[in-house]
Amino acid sequence: MVEFLLFLVPASLVLIGALIVIFAQNPVHNAMGLVLTLISLAIIYITLNATFVAMVQMLVYAGAVMTLFLFVIMMIGVDKKEQSKESIKGQTLLVSGVLLVLISLLIYVAINSNFTWDLWFEAVQFDIEGTPQLIAGTLFTAWILPFEIISILLIVATTAAIALAYDTKKRKQHV
Amino acid sequence: MFEVTTDWYLSLAAVLFSIGFFGMMIRRNALIMFMCIELMLNAVNLTFIAASKHFGTIDGQVAVFFVLVVAAAEVVVGLAIIVSIFRKQSSASVDVLNLSRG
Repeated sequence: MVEFLLFLVPASLVLIGALIVIFAQNPVHNAMGLVLTLISLAIIYITLNATFVAMVQMLVYAGAVMTLFLFVIMMIGVDKKEQSKESIKGQTLLVSGVLLVLISLLIYVAINSNFTWDLWFEAVQFDIEGTPQLIAGTLFTAWILPFEIISILLIVATTAAIALAYDTKKRKQHV
Repeated sequence: MFEVTTDWYLSLAAVLFSIGFFGMMIRRNALIMFMCIELMLNAVNLTFIAASKHFGTIDGQVAVFFVLVVAAAEVVVGLAIIVSIFRKQSSASVDVLNLSRG
């Protein structure tokens, strides 16, 4: 019963936060809904024995990424009057139909597959704890090549962000 | 009924992904579309963690780190693009973007 509540309460908070993200009109409220979703997901990760991932989720997502979002919201201003007029006719109706198909398909697969599509693995009885030691042991041995590649990705992204934000005209006036 | 199995987590991830997809389709503010992408990425992360628990391997949790880094890089570049568009158009709505020329 406790296990059930530990799933139900964070899961409802995740969904409430997600609905705030897509339906709130003020961008700051959307960002706060996203924070609610991310923190509730971190709680779910802890119940799934992924403690280190939960910690990183709090630090990187709820901390760094959301701060970046809020910075940009404050920078470009909160424009509340988003056009609610459909620019493509019947867009919302069409998307709702697609959504209904998508959601039923995904849940059907989630409930019925029972992981039978992968016979190499079998559900195990013992639990593993996602400690930093265990994760680092795998990350720096089996996953070392993706790890190096992803560091290049981060450098490229940083360079790209600087190049995009660099205002050439404004620079020339100052020099 | 009260036993929480892997299916429950996968179903939650499916619903979360669908909500993110729906928001991506109906909203026109580029910032909020980015938040919806974050929702979808988090749904995928949840499936990775649930599978990691189900199979008793750590690889799913390692994969989450890569998704996290890609998400962070995507947000950095995406927000820089939004800011530089906002300087020219003074709007974050994707409906007003009809020029490739800067």
